[in-house]
This record gives sequence, structure tokens and C-alpha cells, in this order.
Amino acid sequence: MSEDSTQPKETLFSVKNRKLLTNPLGPENPINVQVLGICSVLAITVQLQTSLVMAISVVAVMGFANVIISLLRKGIPPRIRIIVQLTVIASLVILVDQLLKAFVYDISRQLSVFVGLIITNCIIMGRLEAFALHNKPWPSFLDGIGNAAGYGWVLLAVGFFRELFGSGTLMGYQAIPGFMYDIGYENNGFMILPPMALITVGIIIWVQRYKDRRLIDIS
Amino acid sequence: MEELVSIFVRSIFIDNMVFAYFLGMCSYLAVSRTVNTSVGLGFAVIFVLGITVPINYLLENFILGRGALVWLAPRFAEVDLSFLTFIMFIAIIAAMVQLVEMIIEKFSPTLYSSLGIFLPLIAVNCAILGGSLFMQERNFANIAEAASFGLGSGVGWFLAIVGIAAIREKIRYSNVPPPLRGLGITFIITGLMGIAFMSFMGIEL
Repeated sequence: MSEDSTQPKETLFSVKNRKLLTNPLGPENPINVQVLGICSVLAITVQLQTSLVMAISVVAVMGFANVIISLLRKGIPPRIRIIVQLTVIASLVILVDQLLKAFVYDISRQLSVFVGLIITNCIIMGRLEAFALHNKPWPSFLDGIGNAAGYGWVLLAVGFFRELFGSGTLMGYQAIPGFMYDIGYENNGFMILPPMALITVGIIIWVQRYKDRRLIDIS
Repeated sequence: MEELVSIFVRSIFIDNMVFAYFLGMCSYLAVSRTVNTSVGLGFAVIFVLGITVPINYLLENFILGRGALVWLAPRFAEVDLSFLTFIMFIAIIAAMVQLVEMIIEKFSPTLYSSLGIFLPLIAVNCAILGGSLFMQERNFANIAEAASFGLGSGVGWFLAIVGIAAIREKIRYSNVPPPLRGLGITFIITGLMGIAFMSFMGIEL
């Protein structure tokens, strides 16, 4: 590689590379800050388990898509890059879909169309456009994993609250002890309904922006 | 005919793309700052959904589904291409968006200039792919039903984005807590609108 000889060799986990991985978790979170990929966060977070499977699928698709596009970046003509990106993402999503169907069929049924919708998840397209097209495979891989993880934790947080308060369980196991129900505690059936996902995300954003004032929308 | 109207109304109000399935949220949040732009994007979505859903219906029933290739030769009865669904649907959508863009540019420059920037965006709007995937899941009986589902979903999305844009224009004059401004309050309002739309649930048509 000619590029490597001109600049000092970077270690695999240099500060810059670690930033790529950790920034998306907080100050550059794809969901709370960049507003990308909202659709699936809301639709499949009724239970923690589906959220977890979805998060893992997105991490896988995104890591690989970033690497593939980054490897191909010099060969892709700019005019048709969107089609190329969509093809790469769609092929990876087909793989994930087939794997889910083969190994966790029940969850795959619950996720229904949302596995397919990973293709149009704008985080993936957004990162391919903004990062992988201009960077080497390894940083692109870290960027992909980082952003997918940033997406994943919001997904898990929303899933956690919705399942805990909505059905009193976590990962399908009873989490709220039985005596609570005896003294009159009741599951909040409202949390299972779709609109509460929006409100939960709204509150997460509220808390995050309260902690980190730089993120506040001034407009 | 009754069936078609029923599907149409159902997909607007009961199975609303935004409030029941959260599809197309990215552009819904990004382009809902003013009513004018959101009307433009809303029309573009109605248009593209109304075209791509019936086309993908044909694709599903004559090429991709199990045994769908029988019309070509009886020996294809066992062929099942459904694993190609995603890639074919997204290709059709991207191609149709491009085609629609060219047709509009040719025949109605005014509409083109008002929709202009939104059309390319639509290819990656998940409401469009979602519409096709839901169509596949629901096994509509014929192409007319699929078309009315597509149009209805588009109209539902249109109503949602115009509604939120109108509210966001007004809320600029309200005293929202600073950390909640912009994105946060938009999410919460969408949630409240979703609760309102849920009152349509359970209506039998």
C-alpha cells in the first residue's frame, strides 16, 4: 500500500481509532443526535429479546457493509454509488435474514418485515456515504461497529423499559417480584402500545441533552 | 369494490405507516420543519408508494414466489426465488424513483421543481420498502387491492407528516424546556398523535 509508506503506521487501537468506536455511543449517537435509523428502534422494542437480536443483526450488517464498501471505494464510480451500496447492504441483509430464519425462527417471525427494513435503515447508508467511501477498511470497520453499537444501546434501553414496565418481565423471565402484584402493582399495558416507544425515546433524548448541554437544539 | 375502499381506509387510519409501524421516521423527522416542504414530500411518497407496491405485487406473484414461474413452463413449479425478495424490491424501488423523477421532469417542470430534492431521498425511505414488504406479508388477492393498499399507506403518511409539520410550526412560540427542544418534543408529540390515531383501532369496515 502506497498510502502506508507516506504516513507513520497507526496502531490498531490508537486514540483516533478508539474515538471512532466510542464517539457514536455518546456525543455522536446515531439515534439521539444524528436522527438516523429511527424506524426500527420504535417498532421492535416491545421486548428486550427482539431488541437484542435486532441490535446484533445491525452490528453485523453494518460492520461488514462498511468494510466491503471501504475495500471497493476506489472502484465505485460516484454516479452509481447508491445502487452499489444498496446492493451490498441488501445482500448482507439477505444473509442475516436467512441465518435468523434458520436458527431463531420465532424471533424472526416477530421481527417480520423489520429485518428487511435494515436495508433502508439510514444509519447504514449514512455511514457508508459519510465514512466508508473515504477511509481505509479498518477505521471503517470500527466506525461501523461503533455506530451500530450506539444504535444498539438505545434499542436495548428502550426495550428494557418497555418490557419491564409493560409486561413485568425481562428477556421473557419474570422481573417484578410476585409480592408487588399482591400489594396492588399492575403492569402498565400502555407501554406495550407503539406510541409509548416514541415517548420513551423522547425522554431518553431529554435526559441525554440535559446531561450534555452542547447537544441542545438552538434553532 | 367495497373491499378496495376498506383496504384503503384501513391503511390510512388504522394501519398508519407512521403511527402504527414507525416507517419513514427519518424523513418524517428531518423534513417536517415547515408545512410547505412536508406537503411536497408527502405527495412524492403517495406517488411512489402507489406505483411501487403494485409493481412489486406483480414481481412477487409472477417471478419470486414459490411456483410463481409456472406461467413460463410447468417444470418451474418447484422453483422458489423468495430469498431474492429484498434485493429485487429495493432495485425496483430505486429504478422507479429514478423513472418517476425523469417522467415528472419531462411533463411537469413545476411539480418537479417543488418535489425535486425529495424524490431521490425517497429511495431510502423505509415507508416505501415497508409498504412492499407488508404487501407481501398480507397476501392480497389481486393487483387492485395491492394498489389501494399502496395509495392508502401513502395518504396516511402524508397526513402524518403534514400534521406534525403544522404542530411544529406552532410550537416554536411555546416555552419548551431547552433540552427537550427540537427532536425530543417532536418525538413526544408524535407519540401523542399516535395515541390519538390508536382510537381508530378495532374499527371494522
